[in-house]
Amino acid sequence: MTRIILAAASAVALLFFAAPAFATTIFVSNEKDNTITVVNADTLEVVKTIKVSRRPRGIMLSPDFKELFVAAGDGDIMDVIDTKTLEKSRELESGPDPELMAIDPAGKVIYIANEDDSLVTIMDIKSGDVLGEVPVGVEPEGMGVSPDGKFTVATSESTSMAHVIDNTTMKLIANVLVDSRPREAKFTPDGKELWVSSEVGGTISVIDPKTWKVVKKITFEVPGVRPEQLQPVGMDFTKDGKEVFVALGPANRVAVIDTATKEVKNYILVGQRPWHGEMGPDGKKYYVANGLTNDLTVIDVESQKAEKSVPVGRLPWGVAIMP
Amino acid sequence: MPIKATVPIVYLGKQYEEPLPLSYAEKPIFDKGIQGARLIAKEANQAGRFVGYAFDLVEAIVPANADVVAKAKEILAKGDAFIIADLEPKDLLAVADLPEAKNSILVNIRSNKEALRQEQCRPNVFHILPDWAMRADALAQYLIWKKWPRWFIVRGDTPADKEYVEQIKRAAKRFGGKIVAEKVYDLPPGARNTDSGYQQVQAQIPMVTESAPEHDVVWVANIDEGFGDYIAYRTYLPRPVVGTQGLQALAWDSSYTEYGAMHFQNGLPKLAKRRPVERDYTAWLGGRALTDGIMRSGETAPAKVKEYLVSDKFKLEGFKGQAMSFRTWDHQLRQPIILGGGTRVPVSVSPQEGFLHPTNVTDTLGFDQPETKCKLP
Repeated sequence: MTRIILAAASAVALLFFAAPAFATTIFVSNEKDNTITVVNADTLEVVKTIKVSRRPRGIMLSPDFKELFVAAGDGDIMDVIDTKTLEKSRELESGPDPELMAIDPAGKVIYIANEDDSLVTIMDIKSGDVLGEVPVGVEPEGMGVSPDGKFTVATSESTSMAHVIDNTTMKLIANVLVDSRPREAKFTPDGKELWVSSEVGGTISVIDPKTWKVVKKITFEVPGVRPEQLQPVGMDFTKDGKEVFVALGPANRVAVIDTATKEVKNYILVGQRPWHGEMGPDGKKYYVANGLTNDLTVIDVESQKAEKSVPVGRLPWGVAIMP
Repeated sequence: MPIKATVPIVYLGKQYEEPLPLSYAEKPIFDKGIQGARLIAKEANQAGRFVGYAFDLVEAIVPANADVVAKAKEILAKGDAFIIADLEPKDLLAVADLPEAKNSILVNIRSNKEALRQEQCRPNVFHILPDWAMRADALAQYLIWKKWPRWFIVRGDTPADKEYVEQIKRAAKRFGGKIVAEKVYDLPPGARNTDSGYQQVQAQIPMVTESAPEHDVVWVANIDEGFGDYIAYRTYLPRPVVGTQGLQALAWDSSYTEYGAMHFQNGLPKLAKRRPVERDYTAWLGGRALTDGIMRSGETAPAKVKEYLVSDKFKLEGFKGQAMSFRTWDHQLRQPIILGGGTRVPVSVSPQEGFLHPTNVTDTLGFDQPETKCKLP
């Protein structure tokens, strides 16, 4: 009898301590406020506002979720935030004007786009040692690492190209001309395609990583919206990879594209000037930052409906989510 | 990638005399334009590396008393050329009309003159800088949107000012503005403001502006900058000042930061050691049109690149949030226009919301196809 009670007691105790200490947490970089807004994804309440260096834009978690990296462009530094304490723990000397970054799947190397210098800086995440620098086109921004870790793609906004770096040799092996002002480069979760969004060109180029050639261009059309306002920037694949959500900037909408057919299935109205978002860890919600309305819109992935908006800081840019 | 072609891009200019800044506190700038060209040459080479092209900026700026047409002949003797033309209208036309310039491309980065886009248009000339009509329309749309439709024009007594006023009148007709009066400012410029002459200027400007009927804004046309800067805050009635001073319609402004503009706002000072001016941007954009045209068409002959520039494949990115392109009827670059010129943040960007157009709302600025007086062969 005593043994059972003891076992039950300790089982209850285990349950009590095994429950997650924190809910899913959303981090939003506020370009104008120089802060990161921390939101509890369950309650949608702002938990904390963290001060960072000037002009934070690119924001990304390490694969183990222990650290949050923030590219502070005018501060010429990469702030690193400890996700437990929600305080800045260290800095990475990223090189001037870092805008966006990508981290290899193993979490060992960070690739940083230095906007003003036309460089990609390759850095050891732990030590901050610069492993290499790759000169790319003018105004690099978009950064994407292939799921197998073999390649990193950087887009140069002014030169309108996607540059492919072989991560073993740290050398450029391909330069793909795309439409005007490419902002983001993302591989499909299965690594079979590379998608590059062209903001001013108004298209997404789908590139075959075997040949590094553009195999398809996706365009957008919304009755009543001027074509030049349909500006694709951030792209996020659903958990199963079957769909991709694309923020369309001044069109104030998120487009939903069928990954296989490349057809646009839906346009969801959100706040003003959505640029970047992130899928929740269970794939049920999509969170997108609206630059001009200073808020974060929560979209239900299955119904494809915008549910709620949460006020964040000024000129919100990017979103990162910790389970 | 190995370089398959090195293409010269010529910057053709002349050290024309320009009005000095009104205030000693403002340093005169003598290298407007060429700095923008140097920046785009650097960036075009960075891009060209990846696709096998190199660009050679040939700086051909002659002194004030020299013959720029002779210089052009020297350059054209080497073959058909890509020319960033920083020239006054007479020189621009003289060069464009040379028989040896027939298959070259000249991009006008300096002159606002309306006639160059109308009766004096040329098949080998493209216009980067907005013309007076576009500038007047950009301001007019904003004023109508603001519900400030009554305009009192104060202008200098020069042919250039008269030309600008013609476009203001055209804008009024197009968008519903009303010109309540037009006054010629004919007092001697400048002198009365120096050495505590403030009292005199303060008294003088209200007298110039007193007699006008009811109006919402004072629209100044003073291209040689002799008096326009004195008008704001001194008018008889409290009214905003717009035009060549006050709120201006510009292709570039130092307060503009959108759509990656900081790249240029930071990049030019690194090279030129001074803030960017409008002509730096138009030179940069003109050079970009040419080098992008070459790289994307894959052609190095100007005549072939020209075909690409007027095709609907040509989309020019220049920090304006939309791809820009050349109007096929007069070779004018269609572009959004910034309203600023002194404020710390831009006041607005035209075209304004609510103005409609069947194909491209940016074509509500300037001369549209049905109204053009340009007949290109």
